[in-house]
Amino acid sequence: MSVLSFTIAIFGSSILAGLLGALTGLGGGVVIVPVLCLVFKIDLHYAIGASLVSVIATSSGAAAAYVREGYSNIRIGMFLEVATTLGALFGAYLTAKVSGNWIGIIFGMVLFYSAWASLRKIPIEPKMTEPDSLAVRLNCRGSFPVQNGKEEYVAEHVPAGFGIMFVAGTLSGLLGIGSGAVKVLAMDQVMKLPFKVSTTTSNFMIGVTAAASAGFYLSHGYILPGLSMPVVLGVLAGSLVGSRILVNAQVQTLRMVFSIVIVALGAEMIFNGLTGRL
Amino acid sequence: MGRMLQIGVTLAALVVLFGGVLYLRHFRGPMPNYQQFHGAPDAYESVHGILNGLGGFDSQSLIAFGILLLIATPVCRVAFGLVGFALLRDRLYAAVSAIVLIILILSFFTRR
Repeated sequence: MSVLSFTIAIFGSSILAGLLGALTGLGGGVVIVPVLCLVFKIDLHYAIGASLVSVIATSSGAAAAYVREGYSNIRIGMFLEVATTLGALFGAYLTAKVSGNWIGIIFGMVLFYSAWASLRKIPIEPKMTEPDSLAVRLNCRGSFPVQNGKEEYVAEHVPAGFGIMFVAGTLSGLLGIGSGAVKVLAMDQVMKLPFKVSTTTSNFMIGVTAAASAGFYLSHGYILPGLSMPVVLGVLAGSLVGSRILVNAQVQTLRMVFSIVIVALGAEMIFNGLTGRL
Repeated sequence: MGRMLQIGVTLAALVVLFGGVLYLRHFRGPMPNYQQFHGAPDAYESVHGILNGLGGFDSQSLIAFGILLLIATPVCRVAFGLVGFALLRDRLYAAVSAIVLIILILSFFTRR
């Protein structure tokens, strides 16, 4: 294959990955890494390098819109970024130590979890129990606009949320993904933050988390300019289109179809990892 | 702060696109071997190397520079956060932002 046709093929696949990532809310990285590895037979380290860069692009692009809407909580996000960036450094360090086959197996399992998480119904807003004293001391509270005024919230179980965020960061650095599904789990399920606050703050945090492993990826030669170029531009374009569609479309059926695709990719990643082909 | 993120990403994407067009005009041969891991060429493994390559209008250095701009965008976001909290006299969160910023900068001092 010539450089030109290869680049075009990667660009096209990246647009699709970005679209899929935006529509399922999982992000482009989760889709593009298996596609690069399984379809294009690209080395896993190069694939996660290109993916991580595209994750920074889509996160920063999407976060820009949310910051203005007033849902994302900058304080809670910044506090949890201590955990995710430390985790990301650790995860990036692991990529140099763990074999590609193991990374593939872990990747497959994260794909399974992500598919399940994206199909889950948005939970009913949890009732406030007593506010966590640590959350009060750390000022992990806020309010967001609702129809009649503002709704207030305070975080719960801050240490547990912080711990899960470290894991989310590690997965992001190890797999070159945003790991938004795990971040939302920590904020929505554990810290009991309102769903909309969780998803937007998570989006806000993804870029910073990914930037923490980017330096390591760069110095270890995972980021190839010729490969990253079509991936970044494609995923960014796809996710921009995807988020437009998302605003005015019934996505439940789409999500179902895409989740099946993601489960299939996950199964193949695990199979390839187990048989030592990654 | 939202505006800053948007500008950073747009600028970075344009630089990557410009480098990409040059790259495709230059390289017409068969695709390089991406199947085995050898690591990126040394010139694209450090900030210093990438900036050096820009002088010669090397297309891949331009793409890599766009990628650096992209990585710098969230780092700037944290730095602006630090300034914002300091102006609000929120010492706790100025310190939290400083810790995140230090971790981000540390990542660039990792060596193979």
